[in-house]
Amino acid sequence: MPTTSYRQALNDTLRAELTRDENVFLLGEEIGIFEGSYKITAGLLKEFGPERVRDTPIAEEGFVGAAIGAAMLGMRPVVEIMTLNFSLVAIDQIVNHAAKIYGMFGGQTPVPMVIRFPGGGGQQLAATHSQNLEVWYAHVPGLKVVAPSTPADAKALLTAAIRDDDPVIFLENLSLYNTKGEVPDGEQIAEIGKAAVVKEGSDLTVITYSRGTVIALETARQLEDEGISVEVVDLRSLRPLDRETFCASVRKTSRAVVLEDDWLSYGIGAEISASLMEGAFDYLDAPVGRVAAAEVPLPYAKALEVAALPDASDLVRVIREVLDDTSFSR
Amino acid sequence: MTDQAAPVTAGSQAAGSFPGNEPPEVLIGYYREMVLIRKFELTADQMYKRAKIGGYCHLNLGEEATVVGLMAALQEKDYLFTNYRDHGYALSRGMDPGRVMAELFGKSTGVAKGRGGSMHLFDTQTRMLGGYGIVGGQLPPATGAALALTFRGKPGPDAEAVMCQMGDGTTNIGAFHESLNIAAIWNLPIVYVIVNNRLGMGTTVEAASGEPLLYKRGASYRMPGERVDGNDVVAVRDAATAALDRARVDRQPGLLEVMSFRLRGHSVVDPARYRSAADVEEAQAADPVPAFRAQLLAAGVFTEEQAVQIEDDATEKVASAVAFADSSPAPTPDELFDFAYATPVANAPQALPGQPAAAREPRL
Repeated sequence: MPTTSYRQALNDTLRAELTRDENVFLLGEEIGIFEGSYKITAGLLKEFGPERVRDTPIAEEGFVGAAIGAAMLGMRPVVEIMTLNFSLVAIDQIVNHAAKIYGMFGGQTPVPMVIRFPGGGGQQLAATHSQNLEVWYAHVPGLKVVAPSTPADAKALLTAAIRDDDPVIFLENLSLYNTKGEVPDGEQIAEIGKAAVVKEGSDLTVITYSRGTVIALETARQLEDEGISVEVVDLRSLRPLDRETFCASVRKTSRAVVLEDDWLSYGIGAEISASLMEGAFDYLDAPVGRVAAAEVPLPYAKALEVAALPDASDLVRVIREVLDDTSFSR
Repeated sequence: MTDQAAPVTAGSQAAGSFPGNEPPEVLIGYYREMVLIRKFELTADQMYKRAKIGGYCHLNLGEEATVVGLMAALQEKDYLFTNYRDHGYALSRGMDPGRVMAELFGKSTGVAKGRGGSMHLFDTQTRMLGGYGIVGGQLPPATGAALALTFRGKPGPDAEAVMCQMGDGTTNIGAFHESLNIAAIWNLPIVYVIVNNRLGMGTTVEAASGEPLLYKRGASYRMPGERVDGNDVVAVRDAATAALDRARVDRQPGLLEVMSFRLRGHSVVDPARYRSAADVEEAQAADPVPAFRAQLLAAGVFTEEQAVQIEDDATEKVASAVAFADSSPAPTPDELFDFAYATPVANAPQALPGQPAAAREPRL
């Protein structure tokens, strides 16, 4: 199987979908001549021209909303927003319009569009450029929110998102763009709304998504050497949330830790913990552990940034705490 | 383009626009539509007060000539986006009054199946793509609809175009400026129409706007701006037709400011105590429905008997709309998740209040 980067998998998929369906077009800031802030759209302007790879002014509310209107008339726009942070100036169009138009108007007009943006901190971009607000969108009925962690999922989920008739928020992550992995050739379409057990284990389940999956897999491999068997569930889809997959995993392992990039309070871990109360309460041997970002506007200084963001050492520590709580013997 | 236009006096007639050479049946048709809107809105007001209609309810009372003139300019193949003061547009666009009233009543037979209500009238058949409740929310999607038209057709006299209606208060929100800018740089076939009824809820245009001559705001985007008397149905139609033609043929987006009056408060529940007696008197004096009736009578376009017949027909239409809405079924709770997603997907939440999100699995 060919190995490629997460960035290249996205680029290849956009090219394939532009080629397959003439209604697909891309729009966003600097995606054409500049080839994208993170070069996801490299080469596409040359190949498909300025109508279908459309540079926009710095006007997220305007161009996200324009994508909505184009989608209502049957186009399939794929919007790039430079980072999640800038989606906040388009949030009226995303939440009050893209998420509402199909249901509020009685199912007359779907809004088949994708909004791609990277989240993620850790690049010393300071407080306004480092946020993980995916849970804001995952909270909203009418949206679908997916967060691939591997190049293969980047391809299969982006293909699914573009062919889906609902607005799909497609969460990328700055730290994943250069990661590599095997990507199957040919058409791959993921099922939105399904999580995956990406590593099997018997002692404890780590539930995570996006960048967290990479950290969790690395951590699980490390702990394997100590005789600790960690199962890793990659959520892949934040809305809908596949509760059955992670509840079933925890019913097997009896222990759970959530690794999330967002802030702790009201975060994804809170929702997962509550779901485990419903779907696995009698099976839990210890309280659910949560590893999330410290609740501060992320500082610029490296030492403070590192302290605020969840990493592998935080995950290992919390896994050990949960195991110790249950007198786990190695 | 009349970029130099001075503020238009209320109730004035643009020289030569009426009766001119208008065929009588066309003028009578406009009157019929204006009267239907008037009767519909007065009835909606009553139905609201009888609690048949919930939520917010904004009426087009006083704006009938504006609505009918704009809709006369719009062709069947064109698309319309409006704000929440949308009943008249839906009727003039050709939606069945019964289904519009049923939407206001929250019934399954409503144009949006009772999901949208007064502010969110929508019908793909007549290409009215909403009814939007958020001020300015309709502008970016309308602009994008015009973008879609550039993908599927060439410019020309038969090309499709988009009309995007809004209130005067909308010209101060960011979406207005972002949308006009995008329409200008991409040469989109769209006409933005500001219905200036002088009041954004209770705030005057002068108090809210750095440039209160709103049609001039097109200049920032090199977009032709024009102001027209909204009480003159023919003048409104002609100005809108010309702007739409420029959009079709030249892909030149336009901005049309239509001077109108709101006869009532912002919504049904607003007694509008902030309005001065003089302001209310001016609005009532400019009321386009009796004014147009008197003009048509004076010009011999129709007789008193014919006018009464038109008015009785409208009363009857609205009465049967109410009867239809009243007798229509309300949606049932089992339909709650029917339009959750256009593409069905695994694990879509279907919990009702108090039900768990994850299936409970007690250990036996």
